[in-house]
Amino acid sequence: MKDYSFYIFFAYGFAVVVIGSLVVRITLDYRDLKRKLARFEQQEKGR
Amino acid sequence: MLKYANPTHFLALAARLIPWLGGASALALAVGLYLTFFVAPDDYQQGASVKIMYVHVPAAWLGMMCYMVMTSAALGTLVWRHPLADAAQKAAAPLGAAFTLLCLVTGSLWGKPMWGTWWVWDARLTSELVLFLIYLGLIGLWRTIEEPSQAARAAAILTLVGVVNIPIIKFSVDWWNTLHQSASVFRLGGPAISGAMMWPLLVMALGFTLLFFTLHLMEVRNEILRRRLRRLSILAASAEDADLSAEAAQ
Repeated sequence: MKDYSFYIFFAYGFAVVVIGSLVVRITLDYRDLKRKLARFEQQEKGR
Repeated sequence: MLKYANPTHFLALAARLIPWLGGASALALAVGLYLTFFVAPDDYQQGASVKIMYVHVPAAWLGMMCYMVMTSAALGTLVWRHPLADAAQKAAAPLGAAFTLLCLVTGSLWGKPMWGTWWVWDARLTSELVLFLIYLGLIGLWRTIEEPSQAARAAAILTLVGVVNIPIIKFSVDWWNTLHQSASVFRLGGPAISGAMMWPLLVMALGFTLLFFTLHLMEVRNEILRRRLRRLSILAASAEDADLSAEAAQ
């Protein structure tokens, strides 16, 4: 039987990269939006 | 149920659901990976390369399911003009693109050792590529039109036009002579694969589906916050303009 480790490793590695990128991007976006909203509310209180 | 169509209630519901859904998807994926690598046998023809199918097939299903979620949301946008439907549409497009890309790349990584080529212009592969391009087009459309409700209506129309591709993907292997194999799980005569391979595949598919719903909820939540921020910025800018006009009048 041939060795397919290279293809299997790359397929699962690519899946980890794609899913990991989605999770990181969405989480960072959420933090950024929360920070901006909090800053905005602070500014509005100060007005 | 209807009360969750209110963005504020939706945010509260999402905050409660996201940790549970995320945990459930991590658990299902961990069990699925264990079954894939330690329980499921190698295929008698494909050998160990069949392991790629446990990520390729769920990604393909999710790519299409995500489009159906987007189509339902598009109807919500066009029929009820509901802002939550707009957010659900926008949130689904990058997820669908990611899962379709994952399907195309893993399929290619399986195709090279099995078919001897990374790519063929086969009906199934080509229609899957078209799906990926539609997702990219939708992402581009959302980014091009600044006014969210206008962008939502344009994206909804494109989504409804593109949905014709979903049955083409599903039935391409029956309608045309393709190198891609025909359906082996969801088919009229019942599954054509052994239970020892099907159960790990179904557990992986469950993990991917839960992951999709987790990420989709997170993306919709982000979109609601983005719209709230935009609305507050516009209100603050109009208030500033009004102050300046009042000062000028004095």
